[in-house]
Amino acid sequence: MPKKIENVGCPYCGVCCDDLVVTVSDDGKQILEVENACAIGNQIFHHATGSERVRLPRLRQPDGTYKDISYDEAVDYAAKVLHNAKKPLIYGFGSTNCEGMAAAAKVAEKAGAVLDNCASICHGSSFLAIFDNGYPSCTLGETKNRADVIVYWGANPAHAHPRHMSRYSIFPRGFFTGKGHKSRKIIVIDPRHTDTAQVADIYLQVKQGHDYDLFDAFRTAARGHEIPEEVAGIKRERILEVVEIMKKARFGTIFYGMGLCHSDGRNHNVDIAISLTRDLNDFTKWTIMAMRGHYNITGPGAVWSWQYGFPYCLDLTKRDIAHMNPGETSSVDLAMRDEVDAFFNVGTDAGAHFPIEAVKHLKKHPWITVDPNICMASEISDLHIPVGVVGVEVPGIVYRMDNVPIQYRKVIDPPEGVISDEELFERIHKRLCELEAEEAAKGPAKATPAGVRAEE
Amino acid sequence: MANRITLNMITQRSIEEGVAMEKGKTTPEYFEACSIIEMHDDDVRALGLVPNQLVRVTSECGSVVVKAVRGRQSLYPGLAFIPQGVWANQVVPPRTQATGEPQYSGFPVTVEPVNGERRKSALELVQGAVGLWRGDQ
Repeated sequence: MPKKIENVGCPYCGVCCDDLVVTVSDDGKQILEVENACAIGNQIFHHATGSERVRLPRLRQPDGTYKDISYDEAVDYAAKVLHNAKKPLIYGFGSTNCEGMAAAAKVAEKAGAVLDNCASICHGSSFLAIFDNGYPSCTLGETKNRADVIVYWGANPAHAHPRHMSRYSIFPRGFFTGKGHKSRKIIVIDPRHTDTAQVADIYLQVKQGHDYDLFDAFRTAARGHEIPEEVAGIKRERILEVVEIMKKARFGTIFYGMGLCHSDGRNHNVDIAISLTRDLNDFTKWTIMAMRGHYNITGPGAVWSWQYGFPYCLDLTKRDIAHMNPGETSSVDLAMRDEVDAFFNVGTDAGAHFPIEAVKHLKKHPWITVDPNICMASEISDLHIPVGVVGVEVPGIVYRMDNVPIQYRKVIDPPEGVISDEELFERIHKRLCELEAEEAAKGPAKATPAGVRAEE
Repeated sequence: MANRITLNMITQRSIEEGVAMEKGKTTPEYFEACSIIEMHDDDVRALGLVPNQLVRVTSECGSVVVKAVRGRQSLYPGLAFIPQGVWANQVVPPRTQATGEPQYSGFPVTVEPVNGERRKSALELVQGAVGLWRGDQ
């Protein structure tokens, strides 16, 4: 009899939907049906039991092909690459659990590595702005239950967070928002008339790269000062209309996305968004929230801040003395300056999502990918180590975009023999300790990895 | 009609890219979801493009051939969009304004029609960039 598992968490985006119902086969090996998930979340569950899953680590051979090796051999290779590198970079962690992130941080500290996560190319700018200007935020539950004005600025949840609008912001009926969509004003600000803009009461087509100007105009108008006839492509009357709606709101939330972080200005765009939120709190209650991308990309920020005091771009080359300086210790900048001599791609796909120039630089050195699936990073790696899919095959803690921790469960077992990120990094850490002990016993000579590129 | 125009490029997620990415980046779905460019009708007309014609997009740091399609989400004239992914990242400048974040949105590109060229697969682009491409496998 197939079994229905309720209240399952979704390992796709930062909304962390935890109301999925997953039906698994009698033998507990196949996922038959996924209810309540968006199109992308649905795909993750069904893809997990696909025939194309890699079940053993694969080591690149001199002819360019991959050869299956054991987990013991993979752990040994990975540990030796880290041990021999002067400044390895361990990057990723968008798609794994907090337990795996903590174990990886232990490895990074032992190896004297730079430890970075996908925020580095995503909401890293938000961290910089929050350091400078604070974070007047709330939980998604507060937005659902209280907010009567919602602003999406440079964010397109209809595509990137498909259930955000229905679970928390626009459509749900909350404690003080019993009329749901009817009781809310929706404002969308974006250079593109997106599918999210389709459900807006007011859409402002801001000129791309001029978000800062428009925020500034909002702040100026909110304080009662004159603004020009047009700012960033938006007419003065329209700006004044939106400012009045904002000032008269009972409770408002600004959700912002990559439109701010990826454009000219980066952290300064987020900084002024926070300042606008602060200004609006002179009139009523306003909050702001980053639309975090992956389901647990908030996790490394929480875990590593607790461990080392910094959320991303951690330079641990001095082992237990952490240092963070984006621009200097950020993955793409390190790659472009050729400052790292080994690369670990963990639970992400730098091969597809880094600018190709950065990929070329990183590929000059040993590249190891830790990921359940075949991706661009795995296909250019020297070593690909498959792991279980968190939220499907591996349980663990994840942090939702509003920093609320959620315990994810597993619904099926991973393919036979496939281990979790946490176990993998614990084993690499143990092997690193052994290598250090062996080296201390032998003197200064270093062990050489048996793999192809690692011999360079 | 111009042979080439300069546009302001942005790259962001599309749901088609998200679904295809989770299915696999070597699938035809990912290829069709990501190897495209969306532009305003005025710019399409300026280039004299017919629907689904291939164009070459060139930035300060690279070049890629993609298919010009009419998107559901409209842009204003002068703005162009390639969904995030392998094709977009052939032209995304790695400069970060000292924040770590590359210039994914808001960089100049030239767009021109091409004849006799094809869109490369994701593997061909990425493996080719690092000297691992061995032809269709």
